[in-house]
Amino acid sequence: MSTMLKYQEKELKIVGTRPLRPDGVDKVTGRARFGADYNLPGQLIGKVLRSPHAHARIKSIDTSAALALPGVKAVVTREDFAEMPDEMAAVGELMINFRDVTRNMMAREKVLYDGHPLAAVAAVSESVARAALALIKVEYEILPHVIDVVAAMKAGAPLLNEKQYTAGVKPKPDHPSNVAKRLEYGHGDLAAGFKQAEVIIEREFNTKPVHQGYIEPQACLASYSADGQAELWTSTQGHFVFRAQCAKVLQMEVSRIRVTPTEIGGGFGGKNNIYNEPLAIALSRKSNRPVKMVTTREEVFRGTGPTPGANVKVKIGCTRDGKITAAEAELNFQAGAFPGSPVNQASMCAFTRYDLANVRVVGHDVTVNRPKVAAYRAPGAPIAVFGVESVIDEMAKKLGMDPIDFRLKNAAKEGTQTYYGPKLGPVGYVQTLEAARAHPHYRAPLGPNQGRGVATGFWFNIGNETTCSLNLQEDGTLTLMLGTIDVAGGSRASMAMMVAEELGVEFERVRPIVGDTSSLGFNFLTAGSRSTFASGMACVIAARQMIEKLRQRVAKIREVPAEAVAWKDGRAQPADAGVAQFAPMTLAEIARMGGKTGGTIAGHAEINAQGAGPGFGAHIVDVEVDKQTGAVKILRYTVVQDVGKAIHPAYVEGQMQGGAAQGIGWALNEEYVYGDDGILQNPGFLDYRIPVASDLPRIDTVIVEVPNPNHPYGVRGCGEVPIIPPMAAIANAIENATGLRLREQPFSPPRVLKAIDDAAAAKG
Amino acid sequence: MARNHVSATVNGDQVEFLCETGQTLLDVLRDELRLTGTKEGCGTGDCGACSVMVDGRLVCSCLMLAVEAEGKAIQTIEGMSAGEALHPLQRKFVEHAALQCGICTPGILIAARALLARNPDPSEAEVRFWLAGNLCRCTGYHKIVDAVLDAAREMRGA
Repeated sequence: MSTMLKYQEKELKIVGTRPLRPDGVDKVTGRARFGADYNLPGQLIGKVLRSPHAHARIKSIDTSAALALPGVKAVVTREDFAEMPDEMAAVGELMINFRDVTRNMMAREKVLYDGHPLAAVAAVSESVARAALALIKVEYEILPHVIDVVAAMKAGAPLLNEKQYTAGVKPKPDHPSNVAKRLEYGHGDLAAGFKQAEVIIEREFNTKPVHQGYIEPQACLASYSADGQAELWTSTQGHFVFRAQCAKVLQMEVSRIRVTPTEIGGGFGGKNNIYNEPLAIALSRKSNRPVKMVTTREEVFRGTGPTPGANVKVKIGCTRDGKITAAEAELNFQAGAFPGSPVNQASMCAFTRYDLANVRVVGHDVTVNRPKVAAYRAPGAPIAVFGVESVIDEMAKKLGMDPIDFRLKNAAKEGTQTYYGPKLGPVGYVQTLEAARAHPHYRAPLGPNQGRGVATGFWFNIGNETTCSLNLQEDGTLTLMLGTIDVAGGSRASMAMMVAEELGVEFERVRPIVGDTSSLGFNFLTAGSRSTFASGMACVIAARQMIEKLRQRVAKIREVPAEAVAWKDGRAQPADAGVAQFAPMTLAEIARMGGKTGGTIAGHAEINAQGAGPGFGAHIVDVEVDKQTGAVKILRYTVVQDVGKAIHPAYVEGQMQGGAAQGIGWALNEEYVYGDDGILQNPGFLDYRIPVASDLPRIDTVIVEVPNPNHPYGVRGCGEVPIIPPMAAIANAIENATGLRLREQPFSPPRVLKAIDDAAAAKG
Repeated sequence: MARNHVSATVNGDQVEFLCETGQTLLDVLRDELRLTGTKEGCGTGDCGACSVMVDGRLVCSCLMLAVEAEGKAIQTIEGMSAGEALHPLQRKFVEHAALQCGICTPGILIAARALLARNPDPSEAEVRFWLAGNLCRCTGYHKIVDAVLDAAREMRGA
């Protein structure tokens, strides 16, 4: 059973204002405690031994010398973890297979990428732990490796998993393949659509893996007690999901593990998955001491999930007056060492901005000798959209149409049949495009070597299992215990705002915290833009439940029928002049009498939130290209997005700005660089360059609010969409500045310079 | 392993600690002195999350050995506010929504205070270039720059 709560338009006092976030002061004073800030008496330090090879069979692991080193208290390898059968589970937007989870956290038969863990030690200090790693002897049989997605798909490519046969192909193939899965979405008659077309453009694009780049490396602290209970403090986007995964791979009962989420120093999808957590618990179990594990930045790059690189082919057909008649894409996504790239999400997002009669998208999920990919903000969508929105831009130019007008002519709207399933409900794509077209940025003058680009994005947004508890304290203040992690966006503030709005009390009266896994029932992780939508719905339900109880208590105290009691302006008051009249009661007055009227007053919600409303965004960017160096400078940037309702507009702007900045980094500089040996060459922030303050201009934001009918305040969600358009928008701007169409990301100075030089050489 | 004895001041307090020769100032601040407000984002001086002041100089504490702190005056985020009263930069960061996850925030505040000490009236470009050594992955820097400029205005009494 699922829960939906209908949108009601009403006068708002708190929702839509900008109060100060409850975690703000702790974060500016250094008091906020992140993953690496937790310590326990007697703790050991855990470190991981990682593969120096891209692909090798493990012939033997000898840990005896490491164990003999004074100060080493435990070592774990594959021998300490059970084999797991194939079993799928949802993690955010992506699915995982426990067979692979257990192999990714600790290699079994083979190491599959540079950085793959294959042993972990716990010792009295970090220096002893490091010395112990150097004493572990591993015998490898080095195997040929494959890094490139197109090469990995070819027959005869080195195989990562000899038992992997391509799913989704009939009949079942008789040879194993790195293509884990083929999927297809579509509707209409593609051939007829292309026959109708007067202009057809077909292009190919390639992108490199990029990392989420959270500034806080993964960190956790585990304490296993001899009675079989474990406690875990970790930096995570979903402590309930981490608990479930740890319980599974450690073969423990779920309720025996208590996970307390720390403040999280950025995640963006990269902290949806366990890495060191089960190793820390296993080391603690073996050593009978608490074990703390903090990853280094190099380990973050080598061993935790980037988003995939991909090969993308797009073909679009159009009439001369600008109606798209057919659209086709092939998406070949690197999954990393195990299946599970976001090619499914990318396939659905590729064309959903448009109302299309004839569409087909084919996707391939391909294993290669790279770290297993993880979600990264709107997983997969920016990659597909880079290709599609580049072709859309080229098509508009070829037809002599304004790029926003061309999009408007084909825009998805309420009633549009998507090619992956549902018909769209009320959505704000048209409003978003119109707001972008009306923005002064769109008409501002440009100088020499400057160009403007536009691109758009779509994301589903999601709901799912959500829990919360709202407790009225004896002085009339409120504590709100949330099961959904505040991954940084300020959801604790937004939740408290919705509760305060419902109850008619000041924002400061509600103290929101995130509870541990033993304090609430299962809650899905913070991903897919679900927090403000789903957890917000749960908070509203809990507040309304509390109001119901408050009315009944007041009816009892004032000896009037419950129908006579209304909750207005934060007080219980006579419903109207026609009912039994009584002296109004405040929250504090009712709270003080709680014990005498039936005990503490609380509201709860345990729901499966459904009815998430899709979000659309349109970005405008101006660039200047330095023809001597190939450097692309972002001069001006505007993000327009339909978020349904901005509960806290400043934090919504922050999501839009932050997502755009990540997209700019993806477009201009970020990439995983591998040598021919399959070894990652840039596992650090010096050589993997994320945007710094001087790289970026101000990022203007326009919030469009087309309410989601399935949320009490109309919330859609906002975190995913803003990372989708930048790559395409910047490619389109570079084309307008230089006439050069870049189809290989990133558009870094050497790439841009080469394109300029090649074009000059071709001209002679 | 023999450890070294070091005396220094941290936020005005006299401290003594023992450290391994290879330990960084950051390791000692966090693990020995339990001042965990200073963060480690990279350990290679690229992200600025570990920024502290050493004898009035802005330093990545992950690049300085702890033994080098002998006799030095170190200032960390824990010493930035005067009791309950936040430093104007701290207050403006909260008011301008200039932080999200908050892991880069202590380092950025220390760096921004160092900027305003030498240049009380920076331009937007000067703020952006001064803070180019401090990575933030959440905000896109827009609101951080606004907060620094607004704090500078308030501190100048403008």
